[in-house]
Amino acid sequence: MLEVKGIDVYYGAIHALKGLSLEVEEGSIVTLIGANGAGKTTTLKSISGLLRPKNGAIMFKGNDISKVAPEKIVGLGISQVPEGRRVFSTMSVLENLEMGAYLRKDKKGIESDLENVFTRFPRLKERRKQTAGTLSGGEQQMLAIGRALMARPELMLMDEPSMGLAPLLVKEIFEIIKDINARGTTILLVEQNANMALSIANRAYVIETGEIVLEGTSEQLINSEEVKKAYLGG
Amino acid sequence: MLEFLQQLINGLSLGAIYALIALGYTMVYGIIMLINFAHGDIMMVGAYVGFFSIAVLGSNIFAALIFAMLSCAALGVLIEKIAYKPLRNSSRIAALITAIGVSLFLEYFTLFLLTPQQRVFPEAAFPLHKYQIGGLLVSNKDIFIFVLAVILMIALQYIIKRTRTGKAMRAVSLDREAAILMGISVDRTISITFAIGSSLAAAAGVMIGIYYNTINPLMGIIPGLKAFVAAVLGGIGIIPGAMVGGFLMGILETMVSGYGSTLYRDAVAFGVLILILLVKPTGLFGKDTGEKV
Ligand SMILES: Nc1ncnc2c1ncn2[C@@H]1O[C@H](COP(=O)(O)OP(=O)(O)O)[C@@H](O)[C@H]1O
Ligand SMILES: [Mg+2]
Repeated sequence: MLEVKGIDVYYGAIHALKGLSLEVEEGSIVTLIGANGAGKTTTLKSISGLLRPKNGAIMFKGNDISKVAPEKIVGLGISQVPEGRRVFSTMSVLENLEMGAYLRKDKKGIESDLENVFTRFPRLKERRKQTAGTLSGGEQQMLAIGRALMARPELMLMDEPSMGLAPLLVKEIFEIIKDINARGTTILLVEQNANMALSIANRAYVIETGEIVLEGTSEQLINSEEVKKAYLGG
Repeated sequence: MLEFLQQLINGLSLGAIYALIALGYTMVYGIIMLINFAHGDIMMVGAYVGFFSIAVLGSNIFAALIFAMLSCAALGVLIEKIAYKPLRNSSRIAALITAIGVSLFLEYFTLFLLTPQQRVFPEAAFPLHKYQIGGLLVSNKDIFIFVLAVILMIALQYIIKRTRTGKAMRAVSLDREAAILMGISVDRTISITFAIGSSLAAAAGVMIGIYYNTINPLMGIIPGLKAFVAAVLGGIGIIPGAMVGGFLMGILETMVSGYGSTLYRDAVAFGVLILILLVKPTGLFGKDTGEKV
């Protein structure tokens, strides 16, 4: 479904991604794990068009999207749950969810997706008039996920959804990710929490300073000595 | 007491005008963090468009207003595309200097085109009536300006709070990157912001024509400055702040002229501004993370 082919991405003189390639098969959960500063966020921003690769291609359902305007990407079926949630803080929960469906015209579909989000996250329903900035970290993460779902994406990019959350909430979020995937959305999950990510993913990539250094099925990576040492604390 | 009420009434229409101009400053700042110093001059262009549509085309006041608002909406969009957009990723000081350049260009181009001569707003377009209400003197101009300004502000509030476009404007001002991820076009949103802000300024320009009767190519400078101050007073980037700041500024100014002297009115107005900002640097409505559009 998604194929990143040898992209080079720069911040000025900083070479942040060095010929990075990865593939996400339709219906799967693929995780990209790596330490802080490895280039995970840069990878997702490149797929979403917020950053422009200098070389390489990003194929989505057979078309190169690396030159598509960033605001057009979500319309192609890719939404992102950005790092740090990035909810619209002074807008209400409901307005945040509406923004997720900004490009959609099918009123009925939007209504039913809104109901689905509220069923999935009852706390958001209770707080739908409240401004997003007043929500707790976990609730904001749910809102960011709900907002991305409102675009009815085929592929969801998630940037460290467990960041800063208590262990119990992290578990809840990962259950939600599994469930979203089970209902047909393909997922590319970026995480520093390698343990959790590998436990739900089908395939995994390990990124270090802008390059993929390891890839394989989750089982292969869980059992790999390198991964154990560097990312799984043993 | 009666005297005080009378000054208050006089101040309301002037304040409404400042509030309309202040809104444009604050909206543009909210979305691209730029003080659009040409904004007062856009107001001046609006006054001229209104003047010519009345004096030359013989339109009535409402047609003149609409014509001025549409022309200035286009002018605002054009200025943003030509002058500010290329600098969007440059330093803020570069954009600010450009804004001052655009301001001077509009002033001196109008001086060149129309000469420095004052134009008198045709009395026929808006015949003055004064009403005596319980010892207070109210003119139809004051009522017209105040009511129209309030209608425009309600319309603006509706657009920003309720419409898809208004929500997109708020989203872009809060978090541009996240807004793009929603599919919102930043370019389009910025254009709309300039269009709305400039059309409010144009309405204010026509109102100033009615209020003071005369217009000239440099008429945008002082009201522009005062409206800018009003926007800062209310908390730059915050819409209700600009409205309140504008009214405060207008009322303060008429109070000082009424009780003291017109000589001091600007000094006192700006003095109060400095005081308020010393106590509350983010302005009356300012929070550390306020809503910016
Ligand atoms: N806006 C930026 N300007 C300059 N360098 C950046 C910027 N954002 C990220 N980087 C650099 O790019 C590299 C990758 O960053 P990032 O993709 O955010 O890493 P990760 O998400 O894996 O923590 C880091 O070395 C980081 O310092
Ligand atoms: Mg990151």
